[in-house]
Amino acid sequence: MKNNNSQKNQKLRNDIILAVVIVLIATAGLLLFVFNREQGTTVSVKVNGTQIASYPLAENREVPIKTGDNDEHINVLVIKDGKASISEADCPDKICVETRAVSYAGETVVCLPHKLVIEITNQNADGGIDVAV
Amino acid sequence: MKKDIRRYAVLGLVTAVALVLSYVEAILPPIWSAVPGIKIGLPNIIIIFILYKTGLKDAITVSAIRLFLVALLFGNAMTLIYSVAGAVFSLALMTLCKKVNLFSMVGVSIVGGIAHNLGQILVAMAIFETSQIGYYMLILSITGTIAGVFVGLVASVILKRFEKIKL
Repeated sequence: MKNNNSQKNQKLRNDIILAVVIVLIATAGLLLFVFNREQGTTVSVKVNGTQIASYPLAENREVPIKTGDNDEHINVLVIKDGKASISEADCPDKICVETRAVSYAGETVVCLPHKLVIEITNQNADGGIDVAV
Repeated sequence: MKKDIRRYAVLGLVTAVALVLSYVEAILPPIWSAVPGIKIGLPNIIIIFILYKTGLKDAITVSAIRLFLVALLFGNAMTLIYSVAGAVFSLALMTLCKKVNLFSMVGVSIVGGIAHNLGQILVAMAIFETSQIGYYMLILSITGTIAGVFVGLVASVILKRFEKIKL
């Protein structure tokens, strides 16, 4: 019984070590990420892994993006005051709409159901919409 | 034979509970809307409980039936890919973690929660062909740890209550 108890305490200690180590590593990674990020210049729109358009972050605009396998769905991209977000979408979960506006290089707004990724980059925008392949 | 019937009945029962917990989790408001994907992982309470009570084989059965029913009832083929990836990663790493015998159910549950997030993030990276969402994993690791502690504690209480009941 005593042996059993000390084994229990040992496991509890290991649990705590595990939790603390994970939280410390994740926090350190996040801090590194936050301090190293820089303002982006361009909003890149990817559907199904293919970039279909990119826009300068500096110009305000509102673009409806056709998504889904047969362009049957829609996500509305809004670029305003140097930040990009999705204002409207007909996806079931609306997670992309709830995601906060992004402006730092590498930040993304993702719509999983429509396979859409809005990504902030530092490359220059090429303007209009290319034909999606 | 009698033992088999009893086993099927119990597995059916816990699968139903896991399904209800999935539904409860689905209708809960998002915990932090800026970072999608944060979940408590309520169904994992049942999966860990079964993993400890009767073993990996039953845990896989319950998990697989739950995933299939959840996709059928409130998901689609797309969400099924994510949840299967999460469940496979989670179960595999939890089993490993249980085998090494260094952690209690709480530690195993933390590993399971984080493995679940990891599986889903990896699938998302593959589908979107981008590694940019990887930093999400950092935030999800912290929230996953907190959720894992909660899930592990609840599961160990349930396991203790069922100590005298043979399944």
